[in-house]
Amino acid sequence: MAYDKFKILKSTAVPLNIDNVDTDQIIPARFLKATERKRFGDNLFRDWRYSSDNSLIKSFPLNNKKYNGKILVAGKNFGCGSSREHAVWAIYDYGFRAVVSSFFADIFKNNCLNIGVLPVQITESFLSEVFIEIDRNSRNMFEINLKNQEFKITSSSIKERFKISTYKKSNMSNGFDDIDYLINKKDQISAFANKLKY
Amino acid sequence: MGKTLFDKVWDSHVIEKIKDGPDVLFIDKHFIHEVTSPVAFVGLKNRNLKVMYPQKTYATADHNTPTINQHLPIKDRLSAIQVKTLEKNCNEHGINFWGLGHKKNGIVHVIGPENGITQPGLTIVCGDSHTSTHGAFGAIAFGIGTSEVEMVLACQTIMQQKPMKMKINVEGKLSANVTPKDVAIYIISKLSSSGATGYFVEYAGSVFKDMSMEGRMTVCNLSIEMGARGGMIAPDEKTYNYIEGREYAPKDAEWMKAVNYWTTLMTDKDAIFDKEYNFKAENIEPMITYGTNPGMAIPISKSIPKANKSESKLSYKKALDYMEFSEGDKMIGKKIDYVFLGSCTNGRIEDFRTFASVIKGRKKSNTVDAWLVPGSHKVLKSIKDEGILDILIESGFKLREPGCSACLAMNDDKIPKGKYAVSTTNRNFEGRQGPGARTLLASPLVAAVTAITGEITDPRDII
Ligand code: SF4
Repeated sequence: MAYDKFKILKSTAVPLNIDNVDTDQIIPARFLKATERKRFGDNLFRDWRYSSDNSLIKSFPLNNKKYNGKILVAGKNFGCGSSREHAVWAIYDYGFRAVVSSFFADIFKNNCLNIGVLPVQITESFLSEVFIEIDRNSRNMFEINLKNQEFKITSSSIKERFKISTYKKSNMSNGFDDIDYLINKKDQISAFANKLKY
Repeated sequence: MGKTLFDKVWDSHVIEKIKDGPDVLFIDKHFIHEVTSPVAFVGLKNRNLKVMYPQKTYATADHNTPTINQHLPIKDRLSAIQVKTLEKNCNEHGINFWGLGHKKNGIVHVIGPENGITQPGLTIVCGDSHTSTHGAFGAIAFGIGTSEVEMVLACQTIMQQKPMKMKINVEGKLSANVTPKDVAIYIISKLSSSGATGYFVEYAGSVFKDMSMEGRMTVCNLSIEMGARGGMIAPDEKTYNYIEGREYAPKDAEWMKAVNYWTTLMTDKDAIFDKEYNFKAENIEPMITYGTNPGMAIPISKSIPKANKSESKLSYKKALDYMEFSEGDKMIGKKIDYVFLGSCTNGRIEDFRTFASVIKGRKKSNTVDAWLVPGSHKVLKSIKDEGILDILIESGFKLREPGCSACLAMNDDKIPKGKYAVSTTNRNFEGRQGPGARTLLASPLVAAVTAITGEITDPRDII
C-alpha cells in the first residue's frame, strides 16, 4: 500500500523513556482481531493509556496534554517481541511518522520501513540528550531530514546522522513499497523457482 | 573462505542483490494464520493481484480459536469473522487450509514439522515471530510482518538484508532435570532480550547434537526472545529420521536426492561468524523468569538479582513492580495460581510425556488451575493413544483442545489480573497472558512440579 512520502519532518516529540517496549504493549493481542487495517491508533499502548475500567492513566505521556507531535522518542530495544505489523499500524494511525530510539528490534524495524514509519536510530548518549530536551521544554522542535539522514534538536542545532539503506531511503521518500518493485520481477522469480534443487 | 550453514541456505535462495539494499529472497514454504494474514489479502485485492504459488502456502487457525467445544461455532464475534475470513481467502486463492476441527489443524509451528513440510535447506516464513522454530531442521525460518506476507503471496519472495551470523556453542552434558527450555532461557539470560538482534544464530555443540528434534524446536523457537531473526541447527540422522515417512516428506528417489543434498548442509570448518559464544552444559540449571521479558531469568534456586547495568533502573523497577516482586526475593516457595502447559515452545508430544512422567501417581494441588493445551490435533491424538490422558485425569488434570490459547490470550483463555502463572510459553511481557496477568516462564518439568505443590518448586527436589 502506498503511504505518505517522507521528506523532512519538523515536529515536537512524545517521550517514552522505557527500555524493551514490546509489541504486546504497543498493541495488546486482544486488539488484533480486525480483518482490515482500521482504527488501530485507538488502541496504541492501550493498557498503559487506560486502566481496566477504561479511565485515562494521567501519568502516561500520551495522555499528557503537554506532549504531542509526529515523533515518538523511546528507550532502547523498542518493538521487541512479536512480528505483528499491527504495532506499526497503531503507531502510524495514531499520527506518528517517525520513532526515535537507540536500538530497534529487527522485525519491528522492517515493518516500519514497509509502511512508511521512519525508524531513526541514534546513539544512547544523544537519546538521553533528546529526553532531557523534551523534559526541559515539551514545545521543543526536532527535525528529521531523510535526504541528509540527519536528526536534529532545532533549539541547539545539535544533530546526529542515522543509517538507512539507499533502497529503503528511496522507497520512503517516494512512498513506494517492496511489492511495487517485486511485481516487475515475476519472470525472474518463476525462472528461479523452476531450477531450485528440490 | 568457507560458508556457514546459514550462508549456504540463504545464498542459494537469493534471486537478486540490490546494491546498498536488501536481497530478493525466494521463499519455499509459507505458513499463514487468521491474525496476520487478512490485511495482506486486502492488499492483494486492492492491487488486483493473484497468489503466485498457492500450493506453497499452508493455512491454519490457531491464535484466536477456543480450546473448549471446538465443534461449536466460535462465540466471540470478531474471532469468528477472522477465522471465516481466512477460510474464504484460502478457498478463493486455492491455498491449503486446515481450519478448526481439521485433523491437521494446530499451532502453525507445530503442524509444519509434524506433517513433514518443514525440511532442511528451505526458506520458511510466516507472519509470526516464532517461525524460528522450524530452524531446528536446518531451514532458514523467520517471522515477517503483514506487508511481507502480502509480498510472499504475490511474488513468493521477500526483500531483506542478510543478517549477521552468530554461533552459540554449548558443550558437555546436561544435568538431570535440565531441559532444552532451560538451555534456551539460560542463553537468553546471558545475552539479554536484545543480545542477538541483527543476527541469525547457529546452535552447535554436543548439547544440541544430543537433543531430540522436539528439544531443538524449543531452542530455535526461543531465538527470537534474544532478538535474533532466527536460529538453526545443522541437520543430521535425527533430523532425517524425524522427517522420513511424514505426509509431505519427499518419497523414494526424491528422498535419496533430498538426503544427499541435506548432508551438505553444515558449516564449513573455515567459515567465520560475526560473533561467537561458548557455554558449558554443566553450568545450566532449571531456569525461571522473574521479570517482564525473557532475559530476566535466573536458576530456579536463586534469588532475584539487583538491576544490572544493561537495564535502566527505571525499567527494572517497573518490571518488578508489575510482578510485585522485590530484589533479593527467593523464587522457590512463591505461591502460584495457574500452570499453563502448551504453545509452540512446549506444546509437543514430548512435553506432555515429560509432564505426565512427573505427575503420575501424584495429585494436582487444589490451589492451582492447570490449563493443558496440546499444540495440535496430532499431539492430542498421541496424548490419547499413549495413555497420557488417563494419567492426567487420574491426577486431577483436564485437557483442552489444541491452539495458542493463553500463550497470547487472544481467545477466552486469559490468566486473570494479578494472578501468577508458571507457563511453558515464550513471553512474560506485561499482560501477555491476559491484562494484568503475571507470567513466569519455565520448562514443562517445573510446570509439572509446581502444579503439584502449588508453589514454585525445584524439580530436583521432587524427582
Ligand atoms: S503458541 Fe504463542 S508464540 Fe506460538 S504461535 Fe501461538 S501465540 Fe505465537
